[in-house]
Amino acid sequence: MPLLSIHDLEVEFRLNDRWVRAVDGVSFSIEPGETLCLVGESGCGKSVTALSIGRLLPEPPARYSGGRIEVEGHDILSMSPRELQRIRGGVVSYVFQEPAAALNPVFRVGSQILETLQIHRPAKATQAEVVRLLGDVGIPDPERRARSYPHELSGGMQQRVMIAMAIATEPRLLIADEPTTALDVTIQAQILELLKDLKQRLGMAILLITHNLGLVGEIADRVAVMYAGQIVETAPVGSLLHAPAHPYTRALIQSVPELGHPRERLIAIPGTVPMPGTWPAGCRFAPRCPVVQDDCRTLAPSLKSIAGNRSVRCPHSAPGSTASS
Amino acid sequence: MPLLELESLQVRFPVERGFFGRGTRVVHAVEDLSLTVAAGEAVGLVGESGCGKTTLGRALLRLIEPTSGTIRFNGEDITHLPAGELRSRRRQFQMIFQDPFGSLNPRLTVGQSLAEPLEIHGIASTPAERAERIATLLRSVGLHADHADRYPHEFSGGQRQRIVIARALAVEPKLLVCDEPVSALDVSVQAQVVNLLQDLQRERGVALLFISHDLAVVEHLCQRVAVMYLGRVVELGPAREVCRRPSHPYTAALLSAVPTLDATSRQKRIVLRGDPPSPIDPPSGCPFHPRCPIAQDRCRSERPALREIQPGRWSACWVEADQLKGRS
Repeated sequence: MPLLSIHDLEVEFRLNDRWVRAVDGVSFSIEPGETLCLVGESGCGKSVTALSIGRLLPEPPARYSGGRIEVEGHDILSMSPRELQRIRGGVVSYVFQEPAAALNPVFRVGSQILETLQIHRPAKATQAEVVRLLGDVGIPDPERRARSYPHELSGGMQQRVMIAMAIATEPRLLIADEPTTALDVTIQAQILELLKDLKQRLGMAILLITHNLGLVGEIADRVAVMYAGQIVETAPVGSLLHAPAHPYTRALIQSVPELGHPRERLIAIPGTVPMPGTWPAGCRFAPRCPVVQDDCRTLAPSLKSIAGNRSVRCPHSAPGSTASS
Repeated sequence: MPLLELESLQVRFPVERGFFGRGTRVVHAVEDLSLTVAAGEAVGLVGESGCGKTTLGRALLRLIEPTSGTIRFNGEDITHLPAGELRSRRRQFQMIFQDPFGSLNPRLTVGQSLAEPLEIHGIASTPAERAERIATLLRSVGLHADHADRYPHEFSGGQRQRIVIARALAVEPKLLVCDEPVSALDVSVQAQVVNLLQDLQRERGVALLFISHDLAVVEHLCQRVAVMYLGRVVELGPAREVCRRPSHPYTAALLSAVPTLDATSRQKRIVLRGDPPSPIDPPSGCPFHPRCPIAQDRCRSERPALREIQPGRWSACWVEADQLKGRS
């Protein structure tokens, strides 16, 4: 049984007296211990999907208009608040982009971790456990740091505290939503090393939400690419990066300069990312697609399985076509 | 003669200290920094947040007054030029900021925003000339002439950044200082703006000082790169050479930290310990020594100067200098 499975999830938001769909029929699953990266640009629905797993979206303005989310076989969308409390933190933990916004500025970081332990693992709610956790995420001098306030820590250290808090409850699934986007590149490398190390030691699965394909190459086992509320491609990380099947994935890879492989010119994707409520008919990438055909503008393609444990939402894609072609 | 020449530029800010204010402390934002940009050249300035790259960009346009040092533009010392004269020189250097949402007045149409610099610098005198010029500018950044009648909120982030670039180009500058111009844009849109800047540099000969934390974009766009750490340039050289064979250990670590699409490079990584130190109390000796994997005793006490290690390549590192001596 997969740890997490999502079937045809639809999420809508109330906006000026109408419902605008942000997530439109998303399905994927995560096995225990697996790292899945959910990749996409702003407005594609990747964060809304991630927040839905712990049912963290305020309802209203959000509503789940369709689909199922199962964590260890239990249906999240039909749970009582009490059952949800057990899942959040207990089975699924979150790390967000802005640690400074997620930590309470008026409490010492140690007491914030202690509070998490008191709720989910009362038997382990001790100062010694807090110090152990802070040491576990690589914070030097953890006894002293437990007494620090968030503003006394750097961004990288704050994010380590958030990760300590997230793993305090020994979750089976860690959901990290752009955990390194606000950090410098050398600190980003430290946090990625930490996540990989924790995954090894604790055996937890990771769902990493990112817009940065570079991170995908660093940490993912499998990748799902989202565009305009839908998954357009899923594949094991190696084949996705080296032989992307969907034109959007291919264009995204080609549009980013890669260090050490300078090119004469970047291949830009024309146009802009369509926001929810303005998705075109037919294939949603068609207006920007370099290989668009006539039927793309009218027929909405479905996500089809192809060889190599992959799936792609494009009837014209040749599986295995390379990034350079 | 270089277009822009910075000599020993220094920018320090006093910071208030504590409730009782026992003496003020000083942020050493830019320290003893020398750099040139030739006409038509693209120079990248990279470093992590707090390294002083943004302060440097603003100080050289005198949006912030430098504490000491000299700024020469076209050979003329503009460091102490009075405001009135500075304004006429500003026509030659323009700045583009990270956030295209904060850079445009939401109550002005795009046309009005573009007309402003033309009026200030007395470029197109009649309304007809101005309209013609605005249309040309919009087309040159890949927008339509009739976009002039619209307001900023009607445009996406990438389009707004093009409008900001068009506005900077209105006065036909010789130098564009770009401070993280693509960082706030969607990944799929960044390449559009990078390509536009590349065209401006190559086809119109506009020099670029491209301030960024993204080494891959700098390697792609710039001829030379300066790597900053704690207010100082620690390495300077041709962008592709520096990225291929870094000389300073900080540059090597920075390059190594950049995530790549190549999943096989996962293991070969120099992970720096700790955070960049505070520019209020910079470490003694080499500012990088507390995080440096190859630091020696000398690095803790004496600061290495930026020296030319090969023609056109500069590095500020004792260990590197010793190795060169050993080889010769």
